[in-house]
Amino acid sequence: MNFLFWYIALALIVILAFALNHNIKNLRQKSDKKSRFNSLPIHYAYCFVLWSLIFTIAIIFTSFSDFTKNILLVVFAIGNFFLIKFFHDRNFNSKKHIENAGTIVLSITAGIGILITIIITISILFEALRFFEKVNPLEFLFGTSWNPQMAITSEQEVGKSSFGSVPVFLGTLLITLIAMLVAVPVGIMGAIYLCLYAKAKTRDYLKPALEILAGVPTVVYGYFAVITIAPFFKNIFAVIGIGIASESALAAGFVMGVMIIPFMLSLTDDALNAVPQALKDGALAMGSTKSEMIKKVVLPSAMPSIVGAVILAVSRAIGETMIVVMAAGLVAKMTFNPLDSVTTATAQIVTLLVGDQEFNSPKTLAAFALALTLFIFTFIFNIIALMVIKNYKKKYG
Amino acid sequence: MARACLQIHLSLIFCKFLATFLKNFAAVLDILQKILQKNEQKFTKNQRQMNLKIGSRTIGNLKKRHAAESRFMLFGMISVGFALAFLLILFAMIFAKSNFYRSEIALEISVKEDDYRQAIKDAMRQRFPEATKLAEINSLYQLVSKAANLEIKEQIKKNPDLKIFWISAASKADMFFKHQNISSLNDNQIRWLSDLKTKNQVRKVFNWKFFTFADSREPEIAGIGAGLIGSFLVMVIFLIFAFPIGIMCAFYLEEFAPKNRFTDIIEISINNLAAIPSIIYGLLGLTVYLQFMNLPRSSSLVGGMTLFMLVLPVIIIATRNTIRSIPNSIRDGAAALGASKMQITLHHLLPLAVPGIMTGTILAISRALGETAPLLMIGMVAFIADIPQNFTDPTSVLPVQIYLWSDSPESGFAEKTAAAILVLLGFLIILNSAAIFLRKKFEIRW
Repeated sequence: MNFLFWYIALALIVILAFALNHNIKNLRQKSDKKSRFNSLPIHYAYCFVLWSLIFTIAIIFTSFSDFTKNILLVVFAIGNFFLIKFFHDRNFNSKKHIENAGTIVLSITAGIGILITIIITISILFEALRFFEKVNPLEFLFGTSWNPQMAITSEQEVGKSSFGSVPVFLGTLLITLIAMLVAVPVGIMGAIYLCLYAKAKTRDYLKPALEILAGVPTVVYGYFAVITIAPFFKNIFAVIGIGIASESALAAGFVMGVMIIPFMLSLTDDALNAVPQALKDGALAMGSTKSEMIKKVVLPSAMPSIVGAVILAVSRAIGETMIVVMAAGLVAKMTFNPLDSVTTATAQIVTLLVGDQEFNSPKTLAAFALALTLFIFTFIFNIIALMVIKNYKKKYG
Repeated sequence: MARACLQIHLSLIFCKFLATFLKNFAAVLDILQKILQKNEQKFTKNQRQMNLKIGSRTIGNLKKRHAAESRFMLFGMISVGFALAFLLILFAMIFAKSNFYRSEIALEISVKEDDYRQAIKDAMRQRFPEATKLAEINSLYQLVSKAANLEIKEQIKKNPDLKIFWISAASKADMFFKHQNISSLNDNQIRWLSDLKTKNQVRKVFNWKFFTFADSREPEIAGIGAGLIGSFLVMVIFLIFAFPIGIMCAFYLEEFAPKNRFTDIIEISINNLAAIPSIIYGLLGLTVYLQFMNLPRSSSLVGGMTLFMLVLPVIIIATRNTIRSIPNSIRDGAAALGASKMQITLHHLLPLAVPGIMTGTILAISRALGETAPLLMIGMVAFIADIPQNFTDPTSVLPVQIYLWSDSPESGFAEKTAAAILVLLGFLIILNSAAIFLRKKFEIRW
């Protein structure tokens, strides 16, 4: 209830401060014309609003009792009438004050990007370090058996469960590889067709359709993988006579590849568009066919950016969660067979953390260790890719 | 006067000259074309002769090159076609699976003393008197939805004299009426249901409850109401935070920030945030919001604040691209008239950037509304049977609801999953096409 009162008081004081703006206009008309105001009337009003805003918030967040705060707010609101005289000083440079305050607010918002990165790093690092207190980091990095058990008391179960992350990351690698085998050729060839072959009208129809494909949520892709693609692969391999796991890496990787196609396509499209027209025209003038022009001139000059796009796609495939949670397996196996069921780091994080967990058991903390590794990998990949693309754009931009 | 006459005369002469020139030019072109055609024939003849001499170096090679050309183009078409075919298959599958109808059974019910459950049971036994054993009677009761008593209550409120009620069938029976699916029915139940069907006491109605009801253990009364409202609440929260902060951050980076190392670090971290796996944000929400700040678990407040971090870089990048495309002449013109930096930004750049900002924001919303993984991390997988009333109530969102139902072994949930996906995709397509429309309509090409 008190909060409601405070917010109403805050709003009222601010509106009051702004409304007093009219006084300054009257003042201006009455006074002699020779002396001029330093800033526009609106600047005086904004400055007054800012000033009262800061003080009202300061009052609300002080540690006084609620009653004192209420009285202070009322007193402050009445005091506003008298304080206006101070802001009506003609030599007061309110414009400068306002601009400085605005710049400070803007720079604070810009800091939020860094703040989020730091908080992510700290929170995951902190939990991962707690995990490494209980489990040897070497065992985590090089152990070949992943079998986290539900801990009843944390000391009892550590011996029985094993936290070697190699099979988990092997599974991630396998699924990522399959996804890339689908997404990279299709994405690049599709971008070449859209950018260099298709007519403008065809492109106008195709691009929104591909944007829809990019907008389909991953949970839908996961459902699609489970319902349609996995049985489809199972039937096909049954015809040939090869057994395939129902949660095969092939199905999950294939659908993930399809998910990445539009992403890959739009990045490659940007890269191809950035190649200067003069290079293309030069190649055509030398008598090369369009495909030769693309293969020998456009692709080599766009190659750095395309490589950057592939790296971004890889980092996206590594971090993709819902498809693998729904369509890939949960048991970590030391296998690189695409027909077998494998698990990935993201799927493991979800299975370890979903549901009520105690936060001290190594089983729960293991998820943070996996997440830290994931974060470091994707961070490095992203930075490399972004640098490559940026340098490329500088070269031709 | 004489001068004007002269001018007219001169211009007439000029026109005549031009006309004759064009005529002659056309004739010359005609002749040239004929000559060229002849020459071309000669040229190709020569070429063939040359080929005979040098071997199949040019013509044969040219054929090969043209074949490679068309092959290359075909590959491009195939890959675009592959993506489109996949899109079509996906939509076809989901359309085929989804079903927005439910079955209702007609029963003659007489309600005594407001005990609707008992009334339904009595009516069922009256309708099928052959069920005598306890097991048979139990399997008879299973054919009617568990929420049927509420339906009767509503119908009686509307019309107290009603004798024959339409009540919704249980999921098993519903599956039987729709797909002849008898996997979870016993012989008696199949006989009774077929009897109902032959006597036309079954009808299909559009399932409006699907949009208003919350999740349930019974597929026939489970709905996406809680998911829809939860998604909306989450969207409100992340927009309140991300929209102003994102725009301000973008304007700072483009217009105010000095070029130094700190700005570079901000740029790198924002670009990196856009590409980080979304599940990492979920872990951040789990540790910071739930463990550290003790906010209510699986509430839309926490969900929104988690998705805020996901949306922020998208909005920032879109806004920055828009600001960058505004030409410097606008800034210079305003500055020349004495506007300060803040005035240039607020009075000139911001209004010009609004269409781009809106497009970017809509795309960010459509991305965040489909996001599932980070919300699983903050405990949104809980079974929510109530529609959330405020921001701190436990909520479900639409994609999480889809995930939960797709995991369920009951066949009744399969069509619900597909229907929910269809609703979600419908929303996202509307959002995306709104973004495309905005871009086409309001985009200013400088």
